[in-house]
Amino acid sequence: MKPAPFQYVRASSIDDALAGLAGHGDDAKVLAGGQSLIALMNLRLVRPAVLVDINRLSDLAYIRQENGTLAIGALTRQSAVESSDVIARLCPLMAEAIRFVGHRPIRNRGTVGGNLAHADPTSELPAVAVALGATFVTRSQKGQRTIAADDFFVAPLSTTLASNELLTEVRIPVWPAGQGWAFMEVSPRAGDYALVGVAATLRAADGVCQSGRLVYSGVGPRPIRVAKAEQALVGCSSGEATFREVAEIAAGQVEPSSDFHATADYRRDLVRALTRRALMVALDRCQKGA
Amino acid sequence: MEQVQLTLTVNGTRYSRPVEPRCLLSDFIRHDLGLTGTHVGCEHGVCGMCTVLIDGQTARTCLTFAVQVDGAEITTVEALGTPAKLHPLQQAFWEKHGLQCGYCTPAMLLTAVELLNNNPNPTRNEICEAMSANLCRCTGYQTIVDAVESAAAAMKGEAR
Repeated sequence: MKPAPFQYVRASSIDDALAGLAGHGDDAKVLAGGQSLIALMNLRLVRPAVLVDINRLSDLAYIRQENGTLAIGALTRQSAVESSDVIARLCPLMAEAIRFVGHRPIRNRGTVGGNLAHADPTSELPAVAVALGATFVTRSQKGQRTIAADDFFVAPLSTTLASNELLTEVRIPVWPAGQGWAFMEVSPRAGDYALVGVAATLRAADGVCQSGRLVYSGVGPRPIRVAKAEQALVGCSSGEATFREVAEIAAGQVEPSSDFHATADYRRDLVRALTRRALMVALDRCQKGA
Repeated sequence: MEQVQLTLTVNGTRYSRPVEPRCLLSDFIRHDLGLTGTHVGCEHGVCGMCTVLIDGQTARTCLTFAVQVDGAEITTVEALGTPAKLHPLQQAFWEKHGLQCGYCTPAMLLTAVELLNNNPNPTRNEICEAMSANLCRCTGYQTIVDAVESAAAAMKGEAR
């Protein structure tokens, strides 16, 4: 047995889970898919005293449209997102990004909420959530609150979620008609942690860019949105020349660090290349959708 | 040490055992049930060796606590075929030399089972993508991809 012993609480309701989390501070962790947590526990990099297992809370596993919003329950498995027609229609950026999350066996167990709450800065879904202006719904015994994705991610594996709080739902505005998108990343091997990823959206009409979002994974302690590059798109002709300039701005703005896997310079170069390529694909989809 | 009563079905047989919450499903299958066809490699979710089917879907048992799958149906490689009557995938792995040391084979087989269940007609790229969930240090993968391709064709033939 690899992990240190812990007290196991199998929650049968959200209230049950919140009661399990209360009073333990940082010593209690939520066990959803466990695809990151159990790896860390096996290596004994973390030793939670209490695990609150929420796998029975099937009322937290759903994908549905509510007026102008796409609502995804926190316990929704990543493979359910992958095969969802609703996601493909209402959130194609997430549909594209989800396939980069680990491998199929990981996505069969791993959850949307778990991925976001784990807040790995190289992960795909946090970048998608920030790019799309997602809102996170959380519950604690004190009640419910909502957190904007932009305010949620703080640092590697660190969020503004309190230790007694449970992420219950992700809310994303339904895809606006005519908006293009692309998610791209570079990793040493398919399914590995990415070196750099980009979540891009683009709206363009009559050969002119109207707006866009550019959010990167792997170049900072959290998903990095490069507003200067986004602003440089607005009003410019939609095409490779503009995208090259925007890519140059993005590469200049990010501050990646060097590590065992890649140098900062290489990561910056990936930002440059991925930005240009992603915007080209987004433009193509934008034109096809229009 | 705190123990939790666990009831689950493995390869059609129902088991009920007390387990420690920290017991990994991989260790439960191997140590408690004695089903050693499920192999363990890295034990932190990288190599894929410990893959089984949980309710028909592939999962890494080293990243799953046994207590999490109370009530589930597990399929391990032991359920696929017998020496006298191999599963078409096993037959294809044999014919196409899809294994050498055999350590990754149970995981490769179960990964291919899920792939062909979801997609009976995979392209070679789709096979590569699915099988990339598991590491193999012997074959160089090409013969594994050949085997899955061959099994897909054979299984379609059977269905006709």
